[in-house]
Amino acid sequence: MYRYDEFDHRFVRERVGQFRDQVERRLGGELSEAEFKPLRLMNGVYLQLHAYMLRVAIPYGTLSSAQMRRLAEIADTYDKGYAHFTTRQNVQYNWPKLKDMPDLLDDLADVEMHAIQTSGNCIRNVTTDQWAGVAADEVADPRPVCELLRQWSSLHPEFSFLPRKFKIAVTGAPRDRAAVAVHDIGLRMHVNADGARGWEVLAGGGQGRTPMIAITVREFLPEAELLGYLEAVMRVYNLHGRRDNKYKARIKILVHELGADAFRAQVEAEYAKLGSPTVDVEQRELERISAYFAPPVYDELDETCVPFELAKNENREFAWWVKSNVSAHKVSGYAIVNISLKPTGGIPGDATSQQMFVVADLAEQYSHAEIRVTHRQNLVLPDVRLSDLYTLWIELNSAELATANVGLIGDIVACPGLDYCALATARSIPIAQDVSERFEDLKRQHDIGSLTINISGCINACGHHHVGHIGILGLDKKGEEFYQITLGGSSDENASIGTILGPGFAGDQVADAIETIVETYLGLRADDEPFIETYRRVGAKPFKEALYETA
Amino acid sequence: MRLLKNGEFFEDTWLTLDNEEAVPQGADILVSAERLQAEFGTLMLHNGRLGVVVANDRAVDDIADYLEVIDTVVLEFPSFTDGRAYSQARKLRGSLKFRGGLRATGNVLPDQLAFMRQCGFDTFEVNGRFGLDVWQRAVTAMTLTYQGGYVPDRGFAPADVWSARAGNADDTLRSDFEEIWTA
Ligand code: SF4
Repeated sequence: MYRYDEFDHRFVRERVGQFRDQVERRLGGELSEAEFKPLRLMNGVYLQLHAYMLRVAIPYGTLSSAQMRRLAEIADTYDKGYAHFTTRQNVQYNWPKLKDMPDLLDDLADVEMHAIQTSGNCIRNVTTDQWAGVAADEVADPRPVCELLRQWSSLHPEFSFLPRKFKIAVTGAPRDRAAVAVHDIGLRMHVNADGARGWEVLAGGGQGRTPMIAITVREFLPEAELLGYLEAVMRVYNLHGRRDNKYKARIKILVHELGADAFRAQVEAEYAKLGSPTVDVEQRELERISAYFAPPVYDELDETCVPFELAKNENREFAWWVKSNVSAHKVSGYAIVNISLKPTGGIPGDATSQQMFVVADLAEQYSHAEIRVTHRQNLVLPDVRLSDLYTLWIELNSAELATANVGLIGDIVACPGLDYCALATARSIPIAQDVSERFEDLKRQHDIGSLTINISGCINACGHHHVGHIGILGLDKKGEEFYQITLGGSSDENASIGTILGPGFAGDQVADAIETIVETYLGLRADDEPFIETYRRVGAKPFKEALYETA
Repeated sequence: MRLLKNGEFFEDTWLTLDNEEAVPQGADILVSAERLQAEFGTLMLHNGRLGVVVANDRAVDDIADYLEVIDTVVLEFPSFTDGRAYSQARKLRGSLKFRGGLRATGNVLPDQLAFMRQCGFDTFEVNGRFGLDVWQRAVTAMTLTYQGGYVPDRGFAPADVWSARAGNADDTLRSDFEEIWTA
């Protein structure tokens, strides 16, 4: 993975020093809260319901064991012994004190991490496929470009005070695990007939209160032109994005109001004027970065591993775990291990410092000391030998990290909601806990099969409910929480926005409603047709009938 | 209000004229883009320096034809969170190749000074709230950038970090910046 050189180190240290000065000026009353706010936001510091919250960037979701250990130490030193992994492959701490923030950031800088631009109206941490570099279906590892974008977007002089936050997602695989179509900019790698790499540039996707699927701005952009072209897109947005209403300020509204063709024309006109004076530098830089992402040295292994097959036959629980949590690796004899942070009744995405230390150790022992964070709030060990899977599973089990539900109904994504978030209209964590307890039975989960549930505590949609197969949105009606259910959302290469089924439900009725939906699906599915396909085949009607006739 | 330029404060001797106001002989004047367009024929004959104030919802391309005789362009930050003028500045310095003075006005704070300079501003209209030491610190807090930027009288320089890695350490934006600011 990428390693900082002296310049990256100096950059991040200086940034901490600058923030230390700003915090001192704020604590000393020299800066007003209004002036301090955008400064702290650009350093990842939010003011939440009960305390300050710090969001730490995990660039494109890749972590080393050493970094994971430091994140665990920070959880112990500055928080209450746990951390929360988010839907944007970041990690959040809910309880650090403002005066401690600069020290905390220095601790992060020791391990080449920072919190730059994890909030504020700037370009946020770039996200990508959690299986980047190891996925069997990948065109190429997208992370060198992600790192290039990280550097380019860090304290960008022109794009640090945009109309609104700006999120870029990148995928190097045809199967989209990075949800590029629901980001402000999405990049999808293609190889053309001459074997040259290029990027499909999407723009104007988003969730929040007006969910939209992105349009394709360019079908195939030669890789060398990437930064210049992004600059053109960003400039059109910075100049013309709406600033009169924060709910209409994302790029999706600009794209929508202009129309796809007019937006494309504006971008192309801007791009034509740019010239590209720094392309050589970028290419050299991209090559330099790419060297860090050279694949590790893999052992030459057989495609099958007999002891592993035997273990699966002998141990049903292990077999279930393999089925849901282990994915195909591009190298024979290896597997990708997905670690669920969704134990039954737990808080989605939370990990104790103890668990984080365990994951760091296991990654070191079994997976080239590398860990990934997924946008479904889970962790990944990307490089595990088939022959190690059983031992690894036992060790994960003893740290309560072997819940066999990745991609299943228990693997619920939920935002922090009213338990932490100042913007929330309803709680989301207790709903996730309720539903996961209702479907506790693993055999049943496996029988139901692939199904995503996403829960947001308000229309800002941080829990990505619009793109959950089942989406749950918490709202407030005269002081009472109630929950709206949508069906048919998806964030993959066939991205779609879910449809609202009908009137909402009280918090204690949600699990029943989900159960009705699931039973209806089981009655309708053909063979092992997954939920989303059944839904697409039959539509919302049978689900509506089942839900509202009995209600 | 006073002006901050090259690390020093100056009194602002420019007169900002309303669209109706008579043009005083010999004075350095700032007019709106509308007035510039409407009265360019007479304004270009004015015997003091001529500057234009461009609102941040206006395309800087509108004044492209006049840039040759314009001494100073003023861009506005109605609030420091409204970042449109950064892009206007980049366009002026970039595709429009404007080499005159570029002034930032409005809610100009030390914490945005580095961004503004990198986008091409060289003059800053500031109130007396912050001493020179605070502005100076704002310039030196970060000594590296990952993006190229504008260097007065020279045009765009490549990104510090990337060119330093390529072995062109002396050729960086920041070293030019320092020279100008501390000269
Ligand atoms: S969706 Fe709403 S409640 Fe949930 S984290 Fe986002 S802003 Fe907070």
